[in-house]
Amino acid sequence: MNSSAAKDPNAPKPRGIGDAIRTWWNGLPRVMQWLVGVPAIIVIGLLPVVNPPIITTTATDFGVVMATFAMTALIAIGLNVVVGQTGLLDLGYVGFYAVGAYVVALMTSPASPLWNSTNHGIFSGPWAWLACVPLAIVITGITGVILGTPTLRVRGDYLAIVTLGFGEIVRLLADNLSDVTNGASGLQAVLFPEVGQNDAHPDGVFSSANNAGVLNYGVWWYWLGIVLVILVLIIIGNLERSRVGRSWVAIREDEDAAEIMGVPTFKYKLWAFVIGAGIGGLSGAVYAGQVQYVDPKAFTVINSMLFLCAVVLGGQGNKLGVIAGAFLIVYLPARVQGIEVGGQSLSEFKYLFFGIALVVLMIFRPQGLFPARARLVTFGRRIYGAVKRAPAATTPHGEEASA
Amino acid sequence: MIVYSIAETASVASTINFDLGALKNGFWGLTIEGLTYGSIYALVAVGYTLVYGVLRLINFAHSEVFMLGMFGQYIGLLLLGFTPSGNTYSEGTFMTIIYLLLAGLCGMAVSGSAAVGLEFVAYRPLRKRKAKPLAFLITAIGMSFVLQEFVHYVLPKLPIDPPLGGSSAQPTIRLVQPVKEFSIFGAPVYNLTLIIIISALILAMGTDYMINRTRLGRGIQSVAQDPDAALLMGVSRERIIMITFLIGGVLAGAAALLYTLRVPTNIVYYGGFILGIKAFCAAVLGGIGNVRGALLGGLLLGVMENYGSVVLGNQWKDVVAFVLLILVLMFRPTGILGEKLGKARV
Repeated sequence: MNSSAAKDPNAPKPRGIGDAIRTWWNGLPRVMQWLVGVPAIIVIGLLPVVNPPIITTTATDFGVVMATFAMTALIAIGLNVVVGQTGLLDLGYVGFYAVGAYVVALMTSPASPLWNSTNHGIFSGPWAWLACVPLAIVITGITGVILGTPTLRVRGDYLAIVTLGFGEIVRLLADNLSDVTNGASGLQAVLFPEVGQNDAHPDGVFSSANNAGVLNYGVWWYWLGIVLVILVLIIIGNLERSRVGRSWVAIREDEDAAEIMGVPTFKYKLWAFVIGAGIGGLSGAVYAGQVQYVDPKAFTVINSMLFLCAVVLGGQGNKLGVIAGAFLIVYLPARVQGIEVGGQSLSEFKYLFFGIALVVLMIFRPQGLFPARARLVTFGRRIYGAVKRAPAATTPHGEEASA
Repeated sequence: MIVYSIAETASVASTINFDLGALKNGFWGLTIEGLTYGSIYALVAVGYTLVYGVLRLINFAHSEVFMLGMFGQYIGLLLLGFTPSGNTYSEGTFMTIIYLLLAGLCGMAVSGSAAVGLEFVAYRPLRKRKAKPLAFLITAIGMSFVLQEFVHYVLPKLPIDPPLGGSSAQPTIRLVQPVKEFSIFGAPVYNLTLIIIISALILAMGTDYMINRTRLGRGIQSVAQDPDAALLMGVSRERIIMITFLIGGVLAGAAALLYTLRVPTNIVYYGGFILGIKAFCAAVLGGIGNVRGALLGGLLLGVMENYGSVVLGNQWKDVVAFVLLILVLMFRPTGILGEKLGKARV
């Protein structure tokens, strides 16, 4: 069976490095996957501790950059569910991110109206941040339902504009509802997980006061981020292999055909929206805890576009690809910061180069750096091949080869 | 972890002031002001709507074309010998009109060539490779970054005197001082308002005439409707697309001049962004791909957001625009007048 599949001329040929790695990985036995995967993750996790000479950023702390990367990776995975898997163009994803961040900030910041001097916030104590995270996910999920129910009936570019409007509305609300969100001055002193307190770090290792040395707060947030990314990847991976994931791909490939074949498209689009929103809320909560400060400036449309760029750059629909995309959009601008060429700081031109790179990439590699394998198309081709071969199977092999 | 109840909810007050009286008192003034902004939105919206009609592409970089137009007319005024002092020049009506026309021409030239260049550099290679719509969108975003950052960082480094670009707005050249001309129902009408609304209307109507009555317009409509059939009928698709971008760019340049007349202090690299998004809202509102729809959508958006800014408070001006957009799309997904450019007239 396997040998005939390998010779099958209709079988898709592996293209590019992404497919080669994928084929190799899928060919490994389960035990080997663990034996290779766990050390790989440990090596990636240790990067900011080791600070490898060429990779390390010079102007900003490498640990903090990597923490930002982990957070952006979460966003990219969430947005990938909406854009890459389901094919819904969402330009206002930053809105969900903002909602998640503001939920945590409102629950724990002293500047929040929910805070008072005797009881502090609704949540307080060392595990307050953790208590806020599920709340942030649930509330952003509800926001996803609120936005999705009326708007998911419009399609394509219209959906892009409606979501863009939503993202701007969230930012403007955060900016202008000054009695609740403290307006442009933002909410300060957002709580964070207070664990690992000792004499050197009285607020625990996750506090931004822990800024010296190799194991600074960036590294800790990076590790937390990796754990969250792996958890989310497992959940999303299981979803993708389920009926829900197949419906998403069907909707992405052809919404009308999916509807006719009996896929309740609206229901599954809403699912994608809500799950994407929930992951956005989670990353917002991580952001709020990490920087301990939330203000509307972090949630502009530009950021929304950057997140979308991470997804498209990495390869829509490919989970590991979009993580690579998130790494590029976070790491490259941080890497060029502080480098001077001919008396000219490169960091000034980072978005200029970024824009040029986007255009060039879209022209020469529109599928992104690590394109997703078009699973349904693959199966379709195999079925086509099988059907075509069916009558030939009765005839001798020599004839089939000549045909 | 300790969970407390919400003790002090009284401090949570809304900052929305629902003031219908202000709307009632200043209704005509607000309408005229709204129409002024609305006609500028409408001109930019035509650029979005034409490109969308022909290519099914949201040209997100169009807001940067508009921004370059603002710089273009500014350079025009500098070349005519004006110095940015912030004071109003008194040149006499006739000469002012001549200067305005010349500055407008410069703005239109810069915007028009920027739009055509954008098509040539960014979109044409993608069309040749038959890319997916999302690739076009990402390219548009990329070009938007490139143009903004060019004005932000590269332009100020060029040896130009006085320097252009950078992160702060250009020093103001004020050519026309707002003078009250007459009143409508007690609301003053300024000369600027008249210039903006009348010239915007003339340009929009001219574009509409061109699309509906001329040979070129029929070519654009045919490409919008069915590119392959149009090609078989001898319409050059590439040429039509170029001309479409050119028209959009030229109108954005004109809008840039009108906008800087009204708000002379906003010539800066990010100055086109919000206006571009709102103009796109206007195009969608009226029915994207529909030139009359863009005009109607622009005027409606301008007026409604001006009403909203008084009723709800000035900080909610942009929110009104987006909420209006979402509401219209919920009930009429193809906009008020519907998509038209690609539809056959029967």
